[in-house]
Parts: sequence; structure tokens; C-alpha cells
Amino acid sequence: MLVNQFLILGAVLFCTGVYGVLARRNAVMVLMSIELMLNAVNINLLTFGLMVGSISGQVFALFIIAIAAAEVGVGLALVLLIYRNRSNIDVEELDLMHG
Amino acid sequence: MEATGFNAWALSLTVFLPLAGVVVMLAIPRAQEELHKGVALVTSLATLATAVYVLVQFNYDRTSELQFLVDSSWIDVINSRYIIGVDGISLPLLALSAAVVPLCIIYSWKHIPDPGNAKAFLILILILSTGMNGSFVAQDLILFFVFFELVLLPMYFLIGVWGGPQRKYASLKFFLFTLLGSALMIVSFVALYFLADGTLAGGQANTFDMRALPVAATAISSTTAVWIFGGMFMGFGIKVPIFPFHTWLPDAHTQAPTVGSVLLAAVLLKLGTYGFVRIALPILPDAARQWAPYIALLAVIGIIYGALGCLAQSDMKRLIAFSSVAHMGFVMLGISTLTSFGINAAIFGMVAHGLITGILFFVAGSVKERYHTLEISRLGGLLKSAPRMGWILGLATMASLGLPGLAGFWGEFPAILASYNPGFGLSQPLFRTYMVIAALGTILAAGYLLWLYQRTAFGEPKAEFADVAIADVNVYEWVAWLPFILAFVVLGVYPQLLFHVTDGAVVKLVGTMAAGIGG
Amino acid sequence: MLENAYLIPLLPGLSFLAILLFGKRIKGGQGAHYIGVPVLAVVWVLSLVAVFGWINRVDDVTPATEAGATTHETAAAGVGTAGDPASPVVLAAEGETGAEAGHEAVAQPVIRSATWWSNAGENFRIGTLVDGLSVTLLFVVSTVSLLVHIYSIEYVRGDERYTHYYAFLSFFSAAMLFFVLSQNIIQMIVGWELVGVSSFVLIGHWWESLDNSNAAMKAFMTNRVGDVGLLVGMIILYFAAGSFEVPVINEMAASGQIRHLLLLAAAGSLTAAVMSKSGQFPLHTWLPDAMAGPTPVSALIHAATMVVAGVYMVARLYPVFYEGYSIGTSSINGLALLGGFTAFMAAALAFVQWDIKKVLAYSTISQLGYMVMALGVGAWTAAIFHLFTHALFKACLFLGAGSVSHASHHTFDMREMGGLRKVMPHTYKTFVLASLALAGVFPLAGFWSKDEILVGAMRGQQSGYPLMLFFGLLVAFMTAAYMTRVIWYTFWGEYRGHGTPHESPALITGPLWILAGGAVLGGLVNLPSAVADKIGLGGAAHLIETYAEPVRYLDQFSTFSVAAPSLGLALTGLALALGGILAVYLYYWRRLGPHGLTEQSVWARRGYTFLVNKYYLDHLYTGIIARGVRGPVAQAAYWVNQNVIDRIVNLVGESARETGRWVYTNIDQGVVDGTVNGLSSGAEATGEGLRVIQSGRVQQYGSLLFGAAAVLAIIFTIVI
Repeated sequence: MLVNQFLILGAVLFCTGVYGVLARRNAVMVLMSIELMLNAVNINLLTFGLMVGSISGQVFALFIIAIAAAEVGVGLALVLLIYRNRSNIDVEELDLMHG
Repeated sequence: MEATGFNAWALSLTVFLPLAGVVVMLAIPRAQEELHKGVALVTSLATLATAVYVLVQFNYDRTSELQFLVDSSWIDVINSRYIIGVDGISLPLLALSAAVVPLCIIYSWKHIPDPGNAKAFLILILILSTGMNGSFVAQDLILFFVFFELVLLPMYFLIGVWGGPQRKYASLKFFLFTLLGSALMIVSFVALYFLADGTLAGGQANTFDMRALPVAATAISSTTAVWIFGGMFMGFGIKVPIFPFHTWLPDAHTQAPTVGSVLLAAVLLKLGTYGFVRIALPILPDAARQWAPYIALLAVIGIIYGALGCLAQSDMKRLIAFSSVAHMGFVMLGISTLTSFGINAAIFGMVAHGLITGILFFVAGSVKERYHTLEISRLGGLLKSAPRMGWILGLATMASLGLPGLAGFWGEFPAILASYNPGFGLSQPLFRTYMVIAALGTILAAGYLLWLYQRTAFGEPKAEFADVAIADVNVYEWVAWLPFILAFVVLGVYPQLLFHVTDGAVVKLVGTMAAGIGG
Repeated sequence: MLENAYLIPLLPGLSFLAILLFGKRIKGGQGAHYIGVPVLAVVWVLSLVAVFGWINRVDDVTPATEAGATTHETAAAGVGTAGDPASPVVLAAEGETGAEAGHEAVAQPVIRSATWWSNAGENFRIGTLVDGLSVTLLFVVSTVSLLVHIYSIEYVRGDERYTHYYAFLSFFSAAMLFFVLSQNIIQMIVGWELVGVSSFVLIGHWWESLDNSNAAMKAFMTNRVGDVGLLVGMIILYFAAGSFEVPVINEMAASGQIRHLLLLAAAGSLTAAVMSKSGQFPLHTWLPDAMAGPTPVSALIHAATMVVAGVYMVARLYPVFYEGYSIGTSSINGLALLGGFTAFMAAALAFVQWDIKKVLAYSTISQLGYMVMALGVGAWTAAIFHLFTHALFKACLFLGAGSVSHASHHTFDMREMGGLRKVMPHTYKTFVLASLALAGVFPLAGFWSKDEILVGAMRGQQSGYPLMLFFGLLVAFMTAAYMTRVIWYTFWGEYRGHGTPHESPALITGPLWILAGGAVLGGLVNLPSAVADKIGLGGAAHLIETYAEPVRYLDQFSTFSVAAPSLGLALTGLALALGGILAVYLYYWRRLGPHGLTEQSVWARRGYTFLVNKYYLDHLYTGIIARGVRGPVAQAAYWVNQNVIDRIVNLVGESARETGRWVYTNIDQGVVDGTVNGLSSGAEATGEGLRVIQSGRVQQYGSLLFGAAAVLAIIFTIVI
């Protein structure tokens, strides 16, 4: 089977996503990277589901797609609000939660 | 034998009446201070009345048995039951605790310390009262623990809100120290719960019932028992406090408002020693025997060390606080001899110390209120400026240094006597050395107390206070103080009053221990 | 009265309360004696009743030697009427054993007691024990106390704390009488400390002055040191004998049921208590300082009664000391040596004092040493006899000193007195009589008691006590000498003070004359049988020997008996006393020229003519002995007293405080508290460090999250 290849693809996608989340300063790009991570997880779920011959992997993937859509919706709305208030969307400057 | 009729309710009333008062007071607006004082006083007097009822109805021929016993289900999941009752050991302390609270409220009538707020102040005292009374009647470890911890919080706020300039530091220190002890103590309780075998006592396997545990705990191996005792030692020992866990005490006492100091000295410290007598010794007698030489050593160090600490003080209240370390050392020495002499003396010493140190703190509070300082070097001539207060201070000083004929003696002398012949094969040479050192401690006690008295009461008033009118003892103070004074004089003259109550229970306790060690 | 002896301490106790509560309302605070004096008078009468009651009791028992058992029943019945069921059981049991053993019937002490406290079901009792010893002391205490109460009406008049003064005088009387009647050793401890505290209060009566309160502190603290010995000794006795009761302890000790080592330890510890309370070397230094109190207090507490508590305690528990120190078989022992040395040392010190009360204080120490020495050589009766006579004449001397001071602008410095014999004839005469009694001049009280002590030391028990005899004779000589010096400075020569001295009123001279009468006649209480029979007094004249001696009721304690008097020793003692008087007299005569010779009195002339070679003796006594003793020896002793012993006491006090301060600053605040504070500041520092991480930047959080997850993953892979 191509399990290994799928898993490697998932890992690469996930790492790209992590890099994006941690390194990009543009909030939209951060959101996109989160999408990448979620999809990496989807690939993993599908792979493992196929491996053990269970349908639940695909069901989970569908859930995640739905939630990812909602997440992007809320995330973009937040970004929009931040832009309105600060007229930039640099995540480096968002440190209202510092201790 | 469980109590019936009103007797079944008497103890619960003693414990929970103050909370009823608290509920009423919560409904009254904060501005109506007089009403608050009235409600608080009435509540505490009603509590005292129930305690007096218990005193009167108590069967003094069977002091070794738990009387007014109530046993009903509480937390079934962990077999913890609502068991309360009094015997000869807890009765005097319950009476002391119930009597001190109304007197403290009377004393506070015109003395609500800064920043005021009689409502909160009195509510805290009433909650404290519930905790104290409850601790002395609880016969279930979890119930005891709940009351034991309930005492902590009101006292923390009393010190932290109404205390002196360093109140934050002092209250936090008090809180953390005691909490550390409590944490270890509850671990020990839980260990007892799991390791003791309640079926030996004819009950459920896992139990918190203090009546069953002495038998049930024989299932615990000797090494484990020593560790469990260690946890209790920390919990109770910090509360006592035993050297070297005493450093919270001077700070807490010095910073606490007068009433807080009085309650702390009169009742709270006794929770620790009471815990030893009520819980640690009967349940784990063999571990107690192994710990005893070290506890006695710490007690004797406490006696000498507390006295030396006193000699170094320049602040009257701090000196009295340090003297508590020394006096509780005598109590612990008595307990650690594991003899009926020593334990009887310890209980007497607890009551005596509560009365005597209580009055000393009262006087210190009143001196502070009049002179606005407690620096010994600035005081002087109290006998001249306020002769009656000077007399009371003198009498209390004499009582505190263990003068025969006053209550302090009966706590000290039998404790010293007991260490000549400690029980259960404890090393005689060791304890006789302790005896001599403890006896030498009485010299130091006389030294610091008379030194204090000479500097504060004798001589002429200092120049800065020469023209200030110092009011003598007022009505509220008389009412609050006289019962203390009468009590320690009467108990000193006729100690059988108290020994009669405690002796039966103590003999039973020693018997329980003998059975535990023998088996 | 023997059964109801509890009334005797109770009455002054009640009068203490009454005076304290109501005294201020009588005559504007100056009428406390309206309560105090009548109560003490009643107590005095009751004590007399007790004395005669005891004498009757012994008389009733003694003739019935042929029917021991009957007598014992009488004795038991006598106690039974007291209405207490517990104590007769003990006594009856004792009586039976005595009867079975076929001993001579003796009067048992009357005990009445009630439960006081208890432990492990055993009841410990409080009560009264009346026997010959306690009635002797009852008489002494109540007599002196009554006279001091009367004397004080005038002496303390106008004092702002008149009420308190009388209250504590009553309190002291109550405590002392309570102590004397102790039935068990706990009661003795209680009484012992209560008299101590009344002494503290009365020494510090004028507490405005730092000196007075320091003296009071010193007295209390020194006594506390001895109290440790008392506590330890009594605890040893309790566990050795299994009882707190005095008769039981005595029986056990006398019958050898207690190991000798325990008895020695107990006796040794109790001796420490005797040292402090009865002013024995080296714990005597508080007593001279205690003279800061009012003079009647010094007379009552620090001369006649409280300071003999130690002697009384030894006498009361005599079998313990007798067996513990092996008094019967030794020729020197700790107790005798302690007493003898103290007597000598204090007598030497008395020479260099200028304060009349301090001379008397050192004299008291010296005489107490005499009594302790007497007990140490086994002369029990002599010690109690001397206690009795000493109380009378020493109280008279102190009150006389008070009278002098009262009359001459309140000084006690002899350099500001002089020539007072003309203006104060009553004080002078009584003072001289009491001094002669103290010096031991025939036929005054002191002569007889001192002679019995010397006889006791000479004969001893199995062997004599030669060293003690030497001390005794030496001190007899010195005592006479220093008292003569006091009389010279106070009453002779020219008046050196200010103002016009005058005789004190009758309220002061009355008690003086009564006590002086006691000083003259007190010896009649216990004359040697030989003398008593010769002058036709018979048995009435050795009361203490007949009625107080423990041999009368302690069967096992039979090794002990009264030594037969010796004419030679009596004459030697008398000669030394007169020699002492003469020597000092001549010394002052030499210094003051022939003028002094014309002013000599009868007693001086008698001593003068008694000696043949006066010039030689003058040279010997004044040039060598008197000057030697007054000069280097006494100065050295005083120097040691002030610079070594006193210094040690002060040093111990100071260093205890220093240690306390050091421990407090370095250990308590530094180490112990430091650890606690260290823990909390450590927690705080950790918190400060962690705070930096919380930057508020989501990406940083994310990095941490993923970093941590990565680390965990690595650990996971490695471990599994």
C-alpha cells in the first residue's frame, strides 16, 4: 500500500502549516496555514481509515472539513475586525494577552 | 450509646448556632453596627448557653465515654459520617472555646479595630466559633478536617484585614504554614482510610471513624504507621506550634487584632495539641512511642528557645507571643511522656494557657490602645497610670510564670513530674534530662515575665506619657476579663475541678495506647 | 483545733481578699489594719489553742505505754472525728504496725485532708498536718506576724499603698501558715512559692524606685533557681516513695525502703532550694538586697519566718536528709558543711556593713547557717529551738532598727546615727536585750539554743563533728562582736544625723518590748533537763524536746536523740560571746580615747572584769583578730560576694539575654525564618521568570506548544 507515501505527504503538509502559523506575520497567511494543517490531518485520517478498513476515518474528515469552513469564516471575520481597528493585520503586534 | 431527645441536638447547636447568627447578620445592612453587635453577642451567648447545658448534663462519672453522641450518615461514598460527641478530654476545651467568643465580642464592643466594618468582623468571629467548636466535638476524621480548615480562613482575614502594619506578610505566613501542615495531615488521614482495617472493629473496611480507628489501625505495619504519624505530626505540630515550626506564631500574634490574638492563643493553638491527644496518640500508639523522644526534644528546645526569644524582645505583644512557644512546649512535653500524668497536665496546660495568655493579649491590646505603642522601653509605670490594669497584668504574669495557686502551675508541674517516669518503656535517662531542662526553663520564664512586668508596670511613667491621661480598665474590659481571671484563679486553687473531668478519659486513652502497643 | 487547723491559714487568706476589695474604703485608705490586726489576733489565739491541743494530745498518749493498742485507737478516733474517711485509714494502718511491733505508744500527727487533684484514679489531697513541729512554727509565725501587723500601723502610716501593704502582709501570713501546715509535698511547693511571691511584692512595695524593683526581682529570681531544686527533689521523692504525703515519705525514708542513691539525689536537690530560700551560700545574695522593702516586712519575712522555710522543710522531711546525707554515721556532710560555712562567711560580712539592716541581714544568714548546720549534725531539736528563739530576737532587732529609722529621718546608715540611747530609751533597751540574746549571753534565749547546737556538733551521732564545732564557736564569737559594733554606732557616741531624733510611739515600742521579753525568756521553752530540774521547772521547760521531736512519732527514726549538755562547752561558748563583745568594745574604746570608757554599761563592765588580762586581750582581739576579721578577711569575703558571686548572677542574667538576642537575630530571624522566607521568595522568583514567557503573542505560544510537543515526541520515541 501507499500508506507511507500518504503519511509522508500529510507530514510535509503539516510541517508547512506549522511553519506558516509560526513564521508568517500576515494573519490571512496564518489562517491559510491552519487550513493546511487541518488538511494534513484529513489525509492522515483517510489513510488510517483505509488501512484498518473503517469508515469512521472518512466521517471524521468530513467533520473536519465542515469545521474548517466555519473556522475560516470566524477567522476571517476576526482578521477583518482587527484590520478595521488597527489598519494592519500583523500578528506580531497583537500582544494584548501578555502577562 | 447515642443521645436522645434534646441531648441529640445540643452539640450540633453548639457548633452551628453561630452560623445561624451569620445568616441573620448577612441580611442586615452594614451600617447598622449596633444591631450587628447585638446579634453576634446574642448568638455567641446562645452558643455558650448550649455549651453550659452540655456541661451541666454531662455525666461526670463516665468521662471516658463519648456523650451527647450523634452518628448519622454524611458522605456515604467515602464512609465518612457525621459523628459528634464529647468526653472528658474535649469537654474542657469545648467550654473554653464557647466561653471565649462572647467575651471577645464584648471586648470588641467599642474596640472594632481599623478599618472598622463590624459586620464582617463579627461574622468572621462567628464562623471561627463554628470551626473551633466543631473541631472539638468531631469524631470523624473528615469532619474534623473540615472544621479544622474552617478555622483557618476567618483567622486569615482577621489578621489580613484588621491586623497591624505587616498584616499581609503575617496573615500569608500563617495561612501557608498551616495549610502545609493540613496538606500532610489529610494525606495521613487518607492513608489511614485505605490502610486501616475497619472490620477488626466490626465496621466497614475503610473508615474515618475515630472510635473504630484505634483498633482498625493495628492492621497497619509499624514502618508505615511511623510515616503516617509523621504527616499528622506536621499538621498538628505546626498548629501547636512546635519548634522549629513556630515562626509564624510571633508574626501572626503581633500583627493580629487583639481579639484575633486572644482567639489564636486561647483556642486555635489548642487544636494542634488536641489533635495529638485525640487522634494521633490513640490511633497510632506505637508510632507515637517511636516519635515521642524526638517530640519531647523539640518540646524542650521550644521551652528554652521560646524563653530566650522572649528575653530578646522589645515589643510586649511579641514577647507574649514567644512565651506561647515556651508554654506549648510544656504541653507537648507532657503529651510526649505518654503517661496519664503528662496528658492530664497537657490538657490542664492547654486550658490554663488559653486563659492566661488570652488575658495577657487582652491587656496588651488595651495598652496599645492607650499608649499607641507596645515598645517595652517606652512603657512604664502602668501601676501608676492605670493601677487596676497594672494589677491584672501582674496577676496574669504571675499565672503565666507558673505560680502555684494559679492555673499555670498545674499545667507545668505534673508535666515535669511525668517526664521523670515516661510511659511505655521510653528512655528514662533521656526524659529525666528533659525534666531538668524543662525545670530550668521555669527560671527563664520567671525572668522574662518579671522583666516585662518591671519595665511596664513598675517605676514612674515615662516623660512622653507623663501628662497623658491613661484611662483605667473600662466596663467592657472588666466584663471580658473577669471570667478569665476568675477561671484561672479558681482552677489554680482547686485543680480537681478540671482533673476530675479529664482523668477518666485520659486513663482510657492510655489504656487504648497500651492495648495498641501490646498488640 | 488540731482537726480544724485549716482555719489558721484560711483566715488571713480571707482577710487578704477583704482588704484588697474593701480596704480602700476604710478611713480613706488608711484603715486596713482594722481588718488585718483583729484577724491576726484570732489566728494567734487559734495557734495557741493548737499548741496546747497538741501538748494535751501527747500527754494523753505517753503514759499509756502498757496498752499501746488502746492508744492507737484513741489516736485514730481523734483523727476520725475530722470527718474525713480517707486519712484515718492510713494512720490507723500505721498505728497497727506500730502496735504489732510492740513499740512505745506515740502521738500520731493529726491529719485532715480533702481531695485536691487526681491522676489515673488516684486522688491527691490537700490538708493540714499538725504535729509538734508545725505547732511550733504556727506559734512563731502568728506571734511575729501579729506584732508586725501592730507595729506597721504606726510605721507605714500615711503610705499611699497602705491597703496593699496590709493585704500582702495578710497574704504572706496565710501562705506561710499554709506552708507550715502542709500535709504533702505539693502543698509545700505551693506554700513555698506563695511566700516567695509575697516577699517579691513586699520587697518591691515602693516600686517607683528602680533599686527596689531590682531587689524584688533578684529575690524572686534567686528563689526560682532554688525552686528548680525543689521541684526536682520533690519529684524524685514522689516516685521513690509513691506518694506525696509527708508522713509516708518520712516512714519510707526512715525505714530504708528507698534506695540511698535516690535519697541522696533528693536531699541534694532540696538543698539547692534551702540555699535560695534560707539564704545559704552561694545563693544568699538576695537577702541583703531584700532589705529594700519596708522594715517590718524585713522583720517578718526576711528574718523570722519566710527565710526559715528552708530549715523547716529540712526538719519536716528530716529522714530524707538524715539518710540521704548519712548524718548518723558521718563526721562531715554536705548539709553541715553548707550551714557551717555560711554561718562563718555571713558573720564576717556583717562587720563591714554601714547599713544597720544589712548587718542584721548578714546576721540572719549567719544564724540560718547555724540552724542548717545543726540539722546537718543531727541536732534536730536544737535547730528548731534556735529557729524559735532566733525569730523572737531577730524580729526584735529588725523592728528596733525600724524604730531607729522611723525616729531619725528614715535613714539606715549607721554613720548618720549615734547617741540614740538617750532619746530612745525603749528602743535602746530592747535592742540591747535582743543583741545579747543573739550573741548568746547567759541566760537569754540565744544562749540556750546556741549551746544545744554546739553540743549537737560536739557529740554528733556516732561520731562528733569537730569542724562544725569549730565553726560554731567561731561564729558565736563573731556574732557577739558585730552586734556590739552595731550598738556602738547606733546608740552610743554623738548623734551624727540631721533633725531631732525622738522615741517612737507605743505602737512601735510595745511590740519591741514583747519581743524583747521573748528574747529574754524564750530559752525556757527548751532548757536542758538537768538545768530545768534544778530550778524546779521540770518537764514544762523542755517543750520542744518533749513535744516536737520526730522521734516521738517516727518509730523507725530512733537513732536520733538529744545529746546531753556539757558544762564545759556552755562555758566556752559563753566566754567566746562575751569575749567578742569585749573585744569590739575595747576596740572602739581605744579609738575614741578614755571618754568612751565612762560610757560603758553594765554588761560591758561585767565582761570587762571577767577577763583578767585585759591589756593582752585588748591587743589580741582588736589588733589581730577583730581588725583582721573586720579588715582583710571580711573585705575579701565581701569582695568575693560582690565581684564574684553577685557578678556571676548578673552575668548569667546578662548573658542569657545576650544569648537570647543572638539566637533571635541570627538563628530565629536568619536561619529558621530565612528558610521560610527563602521558600516563598524562590517561588516568587520562579514566577517572575515564567512571566516573561507570557508575551501575549500567539505565535510564540504556538512555538512553545509545538516545541514542547516535539520534545515529548522525541522522548516518547526514545523511551518506547
